[in-house]
Amino acid sequence: MKAEPTRSTRPKAKSLPRQRASKRYILKLYIAGQSPKSVNAIANINRICEENLKGRYELEVIDLYQQPHLAQRAQIIALPTLTRKLPAPLRRIIGDLSNTQRVLEGLDLQVMP
Amino acid sequence: MAPVDHARYCCATPVTANILQGNRKFLIKVKAAAGRVPRTSSCVRFRTETTCKQEESSKIRERPQLPDHYRSVIWQAAWNSAARLAPNADHETSTGGSYIGAIANLMKLHREAPPAQPRLRSQRASATKKVIVKHLPALRKALTGIQGLDEITGGGLPKGRPTLVCGSAGCGKTLLAMEFLVRGATQFDEPGVFMAFEETTKDLAQNVTSLGFDLNSLVARKKMVLDFVLVEHNETEAAGEYDLEGLFIRLGVAIDSIGAKRVVLDTIETLFAGLPNPAVLRAELGRLFRWLKGKGVTAVITGERGEGSLTRQGLEEYVSDCVIMLDHRVSEQSSSRRLRIVKYRGSTHGTNEYPFLIDEDGISVLPVTSLALEHATSNARISTGIPRLDAMLGSKGYYRGSSVMISGTAGTGKSSLAAHFADAACRRGERVLYFSFEESPMQIMRNMRSIGIDFQPWVKKGLLQIHANRPTFGGLETHLAMKHKLISKFKPRVVILDPLNSLIAGDNVTEVQSMFTRLLDFLKTSRVTGLFTTLVSNGGSVEQSDVSISSLIDTWLVLRDIDTGGERNRGLSILKSRGMAHSNQIREFLLTDHGVELRDVYVGASGVLTGSARLTQEAQDQALQMLHAQEIERRQLDLKSKRQALEAQISALRASFEVQQNESLRITGQEQAQGAQLAQGRVNMGLSRNQDEAQKNRRPKSK
Repeated sequence: MKAEPTRSTRPKAKSLPRQRASKRYILKLYIAGQSPKSVNAIANINRICEENLKGRYELEVIDLYQQPHLAQRAQIIALPTLTRKLPAPLRRIIGDLSNTQRVLEGLDLQVMP
Repeated sequence: MAPVDHARYCCATPVTANILQGNRKFLIKVKAAAGRVPRTSSCVRFRTETTCKQEESSKIRERPQLPDHYRSVIWQAAWNSAARLAPNADHETSTGGSYIGAIANLMKLHREAPPAQPRLRSQRASATKKVIVKHLPALRKALTGIQGLDEITGGGLPKGRPTLVCGSAGCGKTLLAMEFLVRGATQFDEPGVFMAFEETTKDLAQNVTSLGFDLNSLVARKKMVLDFVLVEHNETEAAGEYDLEGLFIRLGVAIDSIGAKRVVLDTIETLFAGLPNPAVLRAELGRLFRWLKGKGVTAVITGERGEGSLTRQGLEEYVSDCVIMLDHRVSEQSSSRRLRIVKYRGSTHGTNEYPFLIDEDGISVLPVTSLALEHATSNARISTGIPRLDAMLGSKGYYRGSSVMISGTAGTGKSSLAAHFADAACRRGERVLYFSFEESPMQIMRNMRSIGIDFQPWVKKGLLQIHANRPTFGGLETHLAMKHKLISKFKPRVVILDPLNSLIAGDNVTEVQSMFTRLLDFLKTSRVTGLFTTLVSNGGSVEQSDVSISSLIDTWLVLRDIDTGGERNRGLSILKSRGMAHSNQIREFLLTDHGVELRDVYVGASGVLTGSARLTQEAQDQALQMLHAQEIERRQLDLKSKRQALEAQISALRASFEVQQNESLRITGQEQAQGAQLAQGRVNMGLSRNQDEAQKNRRPKSK
């Protein structure tokens, strides 16, 4: 795994353990076409990642209308679903990701106050 | 009706079905003879012709009567043929009311129900007459292939609509759903999708192997898709609005990949545990069911039983076309499974709770209910296996298809009598099903050998089946269902239950009675002779059976102990025997090494005597009779000698009389000769004195 030397200077990331903060994030966002929820979710995740994980994340957006077979493999029920493959363990966040706080909690980017 | 563009349809190949019922074989032929199908109308009107022919497969000539529950099969066949004729007709939207009417009409054929709408006419089926049912079809049904369920639902689940199967844990929901899919895939060429929310596909495949379902091969043959949906609560976080589009996509892929016609969602309520915001879920489930309907798949959705409602999450609000409830009840530590159709929109259905079984053949629902008392009766008589008992029963034995009860206290020989009957039936080449609640088959065979009845050859020949189960093996309904199944499978002509009252545990007498009534009705409809033994507790009246079913019994034999002279003997009498002249005598009942023997009891001045008392009394009687005989002989000898003496006297008297007679004859002769001489002398004297003529003439006068 490639270790990013970038050290976050953001106050939010300070509270994170060093190891985790340095890890690379592999995220997948499953959406369904151009539905409002999907569009919102893409916008939201892009914003969150840019704000919190700049430079150390990979985000893949998968449209299940185009690749329906992936739904079964990835155990997708609800849409949109964001999965965090790395760092382990696997995490899932469903919804249009409009609740930034919950997204950050879900991705373990922020320790609960 | 809407403007018409009539087309004439003719069914080239009529739907035929062979139905075997007992020793009778029915050939059912259903064809839509001439259908006038208005293409543009949402209403389809057509005629079907159903003929029912009986093929004689035995010597018994009886008026063929198609068993009630097969009519639904015919109905389904008729409907299917109609659907094939008019595939473009919009069945979904055509009037459900007329379908109900048609079903009601059909039900009228079943039992004399109140008359349906006047425009729907039908004719009662008889031997070779045609049944013509004119109906307006509406609801299509998907046969489940599950034994009995199709009969209750009148042809299966609503096609293209979702059905809710609910029940508490472990009542067989998943199994029912799975069997629906497997039968659909194997028997009706309707591939299916099984979406499991609780079990992984591997577990699922393994679990149903015991029922003989090979899911893996079905999946490989593209007849089935198994999809396990993992709902993990602690991995999922919600951040904002979501929907279940993912599930729709998955389901859509699965359905399209094999062209599925059937879908099972087992148990979709799991989603409520894994996903937040139940309000969204509810809305989404509503959408899902509408979507499934739109897809035209027949869906089965299972749901866990909730407090005060059919399902925990109130799924019945969304799935309202057909709701089936399964139940697994335990009473007196024995369990029974039951099935009930809570609702079925647009169709009539059986409303009772029906027992069902899960065994190696899958699920079998048994529509065993009390039927109308219209079973045909037979005048044939069959031997009881004991000639003397036959003689007591109007010298012919029991009626075929009647119910016989043998009641008696312990050890009076109830089972032995039953065994004789079974033996006699096997000798006639009839199949016998023997249910034992107390002895194992081996034990029965050993014990019966001691009275000279050998069951071994009959068992080997396949004429006799002995099923031994403890009454605690299952609930009453389970027992009933099991018996029903075995009887339907083995098709015996004689069924023996030994002893009936073992089923009573605690205070379930009414349940036993109801179960027994249904069993009896079933036996009578199938024209099976039933023989039941029942144990009467000591002290109780022999004429009273514990099960209080005496009124259902046709022939009732009572065995009793006759307890005199320091020994116990058995007596047999006939308490009742409907429809025949029968003996009113008590017979002594002996178990010998060559079977049961009946003897006249001794009825004398000192009362009814049996056993050695009878023997003693008979010996005394014999001695007395000998004395009598000797006395008579003596008297006869006496008389003879008297007669001889008398005869001697008579002959002596006669001899002396003869002597006297000879003497007197001799004297008379002498005197006559003397007189003649005197007369001659007078004539001579006259001649010598020249008598005149006048004197001459007078002379003969004076003589």
